[in-house]
Amino acid sequence: MKISAVPYVAIKALRRNRMRTLLTALGIVIGVAAVITMVGLGQGASSEVQEQVNRLGQNVILVFPGSRQLGGVSIGGGSANTLTTEDARALRDEIPEVIAASPEVRSQRVIVYGNQNWFTRIYGQSADYLQIRQWGVEDGEMFTEEDVERASLVAVVGQTIVEELFEGSDPIGETIRVRGLPLRIIGVLERKGMSLMGSVQDDIVIIPYTTAFQRVSGRSHAMVINIQVYDEQSMSIAQEKIRDLLRERHRLAPYQEDDFTVQTQEDVAQAATETSRIMTWLLASIAGVSLFVGGIGIMNVMLVSVTERTREIGLRLAVGAKSPDVLLQFLIESVVLCLLGGIGGILLGVISTEVIANYAGWPALFSTEAMIVAVGVSAAVGVFFGFYPAWKASRLDPIVALRQE
Amino acid sequence: MAIVQLNGITRVYRSESVAVEALRGIDMEINEGAFLSIMGASGSGKSTLMNILGCLDKPTSGSFYLNGEDVSTFSRNRLAAVRNKTLGFVFQSFHLLPRTTALENVELPLLYSEEDLSWKDIHNRAKKALEIVGLGDRTDHNPNELSGGQQQRVAIARALVSEPKILLADEPTGNLDSRTSLEIMDIFQELNRQGLTILMVTHEPDIARFTERIVTLRDGLIRSDVNGTPASAKRALENWRDEEKIEFDMEDVK
Repeated sequence: MKISAVPYVAIKALRRNRMRTLLTALGIVIGVAAVITMVGLGQGASSEVQEQVNRLGQNVILVFPGSRQLGGVSIGGGSANTLTTEDARALRDEIPEVIAASPEVRSQRVIVYGNQNWFTRIYGQSADYLQIRQWGVEDGEMFTEEDVERASLVAVVGQTIVEELFEGSDPIGETIRVRGLPLRIIGVLERKGMSLMGSVQDDIVIIPYTTAFQRVSGRSHAMVINIQVYDEQSMSIAQEKIRDLLRERHRLAPYQEDDFTVQTQEDVAQAATETSRIMTWLLASIAGVSLFVGGIGIMNVMLVSVTERTREIGLRLAVGAKSPDVLLQFLIESVVLCLLGGIGGILLGVISTEVIANYAGWPALFSTEAMIVAVGVSAAVGVFFGFYPAWKASRLDPIVALRQE
Repeated sequence: MAIVQLNGITRVYRSESVAVEALRGIDMEINEGAFLSIMGASGSGKSTLMNILGCLDKPTSGSFYLNGEDVSTFSRNRLAAVRNKTLGFVFQSFHLLPRTTALENVELPLLYSEEDLSWKDIHNRAKKALEIVGLGDRTDHNPNELSGGQQQRVAIARALVSEPKILLADEPTGNLDSRTSLEIMDIFQELNRQGLTILMVTHEPDIARFTERIVTLRDGLIRSDVNGTPASAKRALENWRDEEKIEFDMEDVK
C-alpha cells in the first residue's frame, strides 16, 4: 500500500464521522489537560514554596531552644528556656561568619488605636532582623541598636496592621497601645505575603526585643535566635561554631546532649519541596487515571466503529487491501484520534492552569516535558487501545463482511 | 487463450457436525474477452463459485488457474494482491463509501496498489474511469447525491480503475429498475467489446440474454453451458418505452 495513503485513509475515515471523532477525542483532551494542569499547578506550587523559603532570608540559620529530638521523640521548639539574649549577642560578636543575630520572642496581643483594636502577633527582635529576613521598610524606618539598648517604645508594623487598624491612612508617628503600653510607630514593612505554614506574615508588629522581654511578653528567654551567615560557603562551618559556642556558654559536659537545635533554611526548604513533590506526583497520577479512562473510551469507540464499518472493511479487502493495510488504517485512526486529543488537551490544559494559578495566586508553570510526555502517552494510548479493534478488523473475512447489512 | 481454468473445483462448508457441499466438481474454461453469466437458483452454488472466481474464497479441492497461475494455493495476502491487480468487483448493493466523493470512491483500489503511483496518477486514472462510465461531471458528488444507476456506474468505474483483466459482477442490476439495468448492461457490453472479460452472476434471464455465454448451476454442478448471440442492450434502450406510459396509452384508447 502507498505509504502516504495510510494517514490519508485514516483521516478521511475520521472526517466521515466528525461528531464521533470529536467526542472520542474529548476523552483524551480531558485526560491530557488534567495531566498538564496538575503537573503545571504542582510545579507552580513547588516554585511558590521555593520562593517562600527564599523569603525566609538568605543564608539563615535558626537556633531553637531545647533538643528537638529527645530519645527519638521530637518535642516542640521553644519549649525550653535555654537561649538568652546574651547568647544571641555572643553569637554575633564572637563568630566572624555570623553577621546578624536576633533573639526572637513572640506574643499574641490585642493592639488598640483610637477606638479600633486588632489581635495580632508582636515580635521582639533585634535591629538587624529585617536584614536577616531580607525584608524592606516601605515607609519610615526600622528601629536602631540604640532603641534596643534603651528598650524604646517604638514599633514597626506590617501591611495588615495598616489596613485593619489605620484603614489605609499613614500610621507613622501614631501611637498604638498594647495593654496600656504606648508604642510609637516609626516604620511600615513591605508586603510579604503568606508564609510556608499559610499564615499572613504581614499581620505583625515588630518591637525591640528588650522592650518585648521587659514590657510585653513577660518571658526571659528567646524562642528562636535568627542568625544570618556571611555567605553560603560559610554555612556549615558557622553551624559548627554556633554549636560549639552555645555548648560552651551553656556549660554542657561532653556526655550531655545539646539543649538547643540548629536548623538551616535548607532543612526547611527540603522538607517543603519534598511535600510539594509528593503532591505533584499524586495529582499527576490522578490525572493519569483520567487519561487511561480516555484510552478505554477510544478502544470502545474503535470496536463499535469496526462493527459498524464491517461492509467498508469488506470492500477494502475485496479491492485488494491486505490484512496489514487494514490493521494499520485502524491503528493510525486511533493514534490520530489520540494525537488530536493530545493537542486539544495541551490547549485546554494551558488555559485551565492559567485560570487556576491565577485564582490561587501561584505562578503558572508549563513544563514542555509534561506536554511531550502527555502527547507521547496519548499516542501510546492510541496504539495500545487501538490495536485490538484494528486487529479484529484485519481478521475479517471479506465474504462475510461484504454480505453484512 | 483461457484466462480462467477451473479443474475439479469443490467447496465444502464444514460446521461442527454437518458438511455442506456447495460445489461438487466444477470444470470450466473461460477465454479472454468472454462475457459470461452464471445463473442458478439460490443454493445452486453460484455465489460460492463467484467467491472462488473472485479470489475471495479458496476451493476445498481442485485447481484454479487465473491468468496462468494456480491461485488456489495462494496466501490471503497474495490473493489480495491478485484481486487488486487482476480483478474488478461490482456488487448488487454498490458498496460505495458514504460521505465520500465519487472520485475518492473510485481511487480506493489504487491506494492499495503495489504499483508506485503518484497522487496525480491516482486522481487522473480515477477521473478517466469515471469518464468511461459517463460520470466525468459528477466527480465531487457523494453517493447520496447520485441515483442508483449513477451509483452503480461509480462502482463500475472503481472496478475499472486498476485496469483489471476480469470484471466480476454479482447481481449488478439486482437493485436497479429495468431501464437503469439496461444502461448498466449497455456499459458492460461496450467494455466487453473493448476486450474486457466480464463474469456476471444473475438470476434474471432478462439480464443474462445480453451475455454471449450462459452457465447454469444446480446443486453445485454445471447443468448447462450455452453459447449464443447476445441481444444488444443499446437497441433495447432505443426501443425502450416506459411501461406506465404504455398503460396510460391503453387507457386512452378505451
